[in-house]
This record gives sequence, C-alpha cells and structure tokens, in this order.
Amino acid sequence: MNIVVLVKQVPDTWAERKLKDADATLDRASVDGLINELDEYAIEEGLQIAEAQRAAGNEAEVTILTMGPEKAAESIRKALSMGADKAVHLLDDGLAGSDGLSTSYALAQVLGQIGFDLVIAGSESTDARMGVMAAMLAERLGVPQVSLANKVEIDGTAIRIRRASEDGYFEVESTLPAVVSVVEKTNEPRYPSFKGIMAAKKKPVQTMSLADAGIDPALVGLGGAATEVVDHTQRPPRQAGTVVKDEGDGGAKVAEFLAAQKFI
Amino acid sequence: MAEILVLAEHVDADVKKVTLELITLARRFGEASVVWTGAGAEEGQARLAEYGATRVYVAADSVYDDYVTNPAAELLAQLVKEKSPALVLVAGNAQGKEVAGRLAVKIDSGVLTDAVDLQPGADGPVAEQSVFGGATIVHSRVRRGTPIVAMRPNAVAPEPAAGDAAIEAVSLSADATGARITNRVVAERSDRPELSEASIVVSGGRGTGGAEGFGVIEQLADAMGAAVGASRAVTDAGWYPHQFQVGQTGKTVSPQLYMAIGISGAIQHRAGMQTSKTIIAVNKDPEAPIFELADFGVVGDLFKVVPQLLEEIGKRK
Ligand SMILES: Cc1cc2nc3c(=O)[nH]c(=O)nc-3n(C[C@H](O)[C@H](O)[C@H](O)COP(=O)(O)OP(=O)(O)OC[C@H]3O[C@@H](n4cnc5c(N)ncnc54)[C@H](O)[C@@H]3O)c2cc1C
Repeated sequence: MNIVVLVKQVPDTWAERKLKDADATLDRASVDGLINELDEYAIEEGLQIAEAQRAAGNEAEVTILTMGPEKAAESIRKALSMGADKAVHLLDDGLAGSDGLSTSYALAQVLGQIGFDLVIAGSESTDARMGVMAAMLAERLGVPQVSLANKVEIDGTAIRIRRASEDGYFEVESTLPAVVSVVEKTNEPRYPSFKGIMAAKKKPVQTMSLADAGIDPALVGLGGAATEVVDHTQRPPRQAGTVVKDEGDGGAKVAEFLAAQKFI
Repeated sequence: MAEILVLAEHVDADVKKVTLELITLARRFGEASVVWTGAGAEEGQARLAEYGATRVYVAADSVYDDYVTNPAAELLAQLVKEKSPALVLVAGNAQGKEVAGRLAVKIDSGVLTDAVDLQPGADGPVAEQSVFGGATIVHSRVRRGTPIVAMRPNAVAPEPAAGDAAIEAVSLSADATGARITNRVVAERSDRPELSEASIVVSGGRGTGGAEGFGVIEQLADAMGAAVGASRAVTDAGWYPHQFQVGQTGKTVSPQLYMAIGISGAIQHRAGMQTSKTIIAVNKDPEAPIFELADFGVVGDLFKVVPQLLEEIGKRK
C-alpha cells in the first residue's frame, strides 16, 4: 500500500507570528519552524496503517510529501525519523504566497505523479487554519473524502472512519484510493527513537520543482492565488481587566460583576 | 439586485442560528437566496422569511445526508453557474469549511474561512479574519471567481426583516457521491444551548480535577442558561466529550460572555475563545495566562468560588 502523508512546516504556535509588511505573507524566516502538530497525528496514522499491512503480509510504504521552503527539510527529517520511508519535497520559489486553492493544485499535481492508495493529512494547519485541504484534494483527485477522522480502520480496500461532527460523530465508509484527514483524538504520535534519527539520515528525499511536477507557474504563488490580503494589523491588547484574589468572597465578587453587566 | 447564496444549516425543520446570521449578512450585499438540502424546508420556510430571505432553493433529496460534503458542494457549484451570485456564504464550522473548499475547486474561486466580519469593498466583499490565535487582524478578499466565505458563527447578530422566502425546487444535474455516511451518532442532546451559538459559555479545564469535579461547570452553566465548554486537557482525559472542546482543534466560540474555570489559557485554547465579548476567569494560579484576557478574574480555588457564585445567582433569581 502506497501511503502518502502530507506534512507542513509551520511557525511555532508559541512564537510571535507576523505577516511581512512587503507582501503580507507569513514571515517564516524569523521564527522556528516545526511540523504542524496535527500532521504528527497523520504521520502516526500512516505508520500504524503501514505496520498493520506489513503484519498481514502486504507491502506498505509511507512517503512524506511537503511543500515549502528549504527550511522545511527539517520537518521532513523529523517525519522520516518517526519512521516514514521516504519523502518528496516540492521546493520552488515560485510557490511562495500560494493560498489554499493553489496549494491544493500543486499538491494534487505531485500526488498525480507519485501515485497513492491513501493520502493522509492533518485536519488543519496551525498557521493558516483553513481546514480545507483534504476536501480540496479529494475534489481535485476525484477520490472519496474521508476527512475529520478520529478513528480509522482499513480492511482490504475498504476504509471506515469515525468523522467528528458538530454534535457527535458519523460513521463513514468508502474504498481506496481516498484522502483522509485526522483530528488529534486519533492516536498518540510517537517520538523519534535514536535509531530512527540515525536511519532518517539515509532515507531518500526527492526534491521536485514546479517543472518536475508539471505545475503551471501562473496558478501558484502570490500571482496564482485566488485570494489576497488587503491589510493587516496587530490586535490592540485587550484592555486589562480587574483581577481579584479570593478572600472568601470571590464568588460574590463574580456575581456582582455579572449583575453589573446584566448577565444575571 | 445581486443574488447571494446562503447554505442553510438545519436539523430537520429547525433552522440553526448561524443560518439566520448569514441571511442577515447576505442582505448587506443583495438578495439572500437560501440553499436548503434535505427535508424540512416547508416547515423551516417561515423562519427564513422572518429574517429576510428572498427565496429558498430546495434540494430535498437524501443524497446530501448520505455522502460527505460532495453533494452539497456540487449543488452550490451548479447554482453558481446558473444564477451567477455575487457571493456564497457558508457557516464556518468544520463541515461548512469543507463544503467551501470543495466548492472553491469546482468553480475555481477563492475561499476565505473563519471570517468574523464581511463588508462591501470597491473590489468585492472584504473579510475580517482574526489569525495567529487572535493576535493579528487581517482583511482579505477574493480576486478570482465568485467569492466563497465561511463565516464564524456568532459573528453577526441576526436581524429580522421581511422576505418572501419563495420556495423553488432544485436538483443535482450531475452525480455527486464519494464517501458514504452509514450512521450518525448524536450525543445525547441536553436542554442547554448549542456551544457555537450560545450567548454564554461556561468552560472547565484540568483544574476541575476529573469528571466528577467537572459537574460544577455543568451546574454553573445551567444556572446561567449557558452552554458547557471544555479545554482539550478535559476532553483528552475523557472527562467530557470531544464535541465540547473549545480551541484550535475544537470549536471556535464568540459569545457575549465566556467563563474560563480552571483553564490556564494556552494559546490553542485562546484561539477558540479570544473574540468573546466579555471574559471571566477563575484560576488558583495568579500567573495563569488566561488572566491576560479576562475582563474580570478571581485568583482562587474554583471549588470555593463557583459554589459561592451559584449561591449568589440563586439569591438573585
Ligand atoms: C495541535 C494542538 C491543538 C490543541 N488544541 C486545543 C484546543 O482546541 N483546545 C484547548 O483547550 N487546548 C488545545 N491544545 C492544548 C493546549 O496546549 C493546553 O494543553 C490545554 O488547553 C490545557 O488545558 P487546561 O487549561 O485545562 O489545563 P492546564 O494547562 O493544565 O491548566 C489547568 C489550570 O487549572 C488551574 N487549577 C488547578 N486546580 C484549580 C482549582 N482547584 N481552582 C482553580 N484553578 C485550578 C491551574 O492553575 C491551571 O492554570 C492543543 C494543543 C496542540 C498541540
């Protein structure tokens, strides 16, 4: 089974993240990059499915697919050290500034070239937070969208998931090939072992340019994006509120505040 | 007048509040045409009219309930081609965003998600988004195709207005299936308001100490007529179900009042509640980051503060 896991490098959620003044794109250079936390669940799911396939006597391979600048190689290495077999890095200056729609186009072009039985993504990235990639890719690739999974089961070419819904979950089933996205309740991502870290250094990483992947440069990057940022500002800090220490009257103080605001 | 498509969210005939918000918003830009998938439109029609919907395209087929996102996106794509609307609005929850994403590919148009406001601009609608955990405000627009915008629930107040909500039956002209929904497991519905729609949310964190301790959060929510929310620490530990998680990977809420009880205020939690109008925090650690957001905070033990608050609320009733 050919499993492709999509991995995005994002700025550390805890760091101060800013848009650049010049072109309103994310300043990725000045902050530490790491694997989008939700993609770690996608990697883990891919590894577990591959392990189960091998245990059943089937061949299975996990490929990491990353689109991003040079620096994203660090995240690819980490994914490989967790146990993925190889990686493809879509790397081209022409991609900078792509929006969700153009990113899905670029990734779909690569997926079309490398082939897949199963594509696994995290449910969203912690920087852009759109939560649309699995849906967009399923549409572009013409395969079922098996997204927002908090539980995944594969049985031959059948795939069954629990899809997190607004007020519970849906049981969803489909056949491979398919695009899956996972939420953070799916599994517990493993830490890379020392052996894994050493082994990752020798694992193949194929770099692809726009031309290699057959991507039309007019459809990606800032120029190819279907959306644009008009302006951006730092939110003024919230006005500092009142913080009191409970001296045995904390509950009463909250009640007073609520009453003054007409909440009770 | 320009036509605006609004994808309705409803449980049978019950129209969700977010849909009334979207209709209200659509009227800023033109005539609101509601797109209703599945059953219940006849019963829901009066409500749509009350908020000023001009018409309702009804696709009563069951395919929309049987398959993940694709049929709804295909129907919208078809209507975009037939009606050339100026804008498509969907609810900015996880499912709504996925429909928006698929639609964007189908009609090669830009999509903006998680908008907290949308205003007319010289080059089309301009969306306001709150990004990076709420630290940055971004205005953005669609520059190719028909703008598709997923609005954060509670971003606009629904305003009644007269409308005909004239029903027009529509159906899919192409096949759209994909992944099949075989079963829907709905958690037991409480009488509490729905989390993403509620005007008051009372959330509990790890400080509640367990499923039993979390009971005080439910009690307070009931006393306030509020929805219950939880931090990820609580849902991960299984003290409360996942669908009540507030934050980056849970629900985004924007209520009039948000009460964070025994929650530290990690950035991923804040991402889901930062745009609440008024925030109250109760935490025993004076250094807890949640106090940076709080309009009113109490440093103290929640098991002392909350019972006293309940007593005070009881007295005032
Ligand atoms: C990819 C990713 C996504 C995430 N998404 C979310 C998300 O959607 N939502 C979310 O909430 N988190 C999310 N998190 C987790 C987040 O980082 C925090 O771990 C989590 O919010 C902590 O929950 P908490 O505040 O309840 O627990 P803690 O951080 O442990 O805080 C508990 C607080 O309770 C206080 N306390 C303890 N006892 C008492 C008492 N008796 N009285 C009063 N106060 C008391 C403590 O002082 C402390 O401040 C995510 C993390 C990652 C990596």
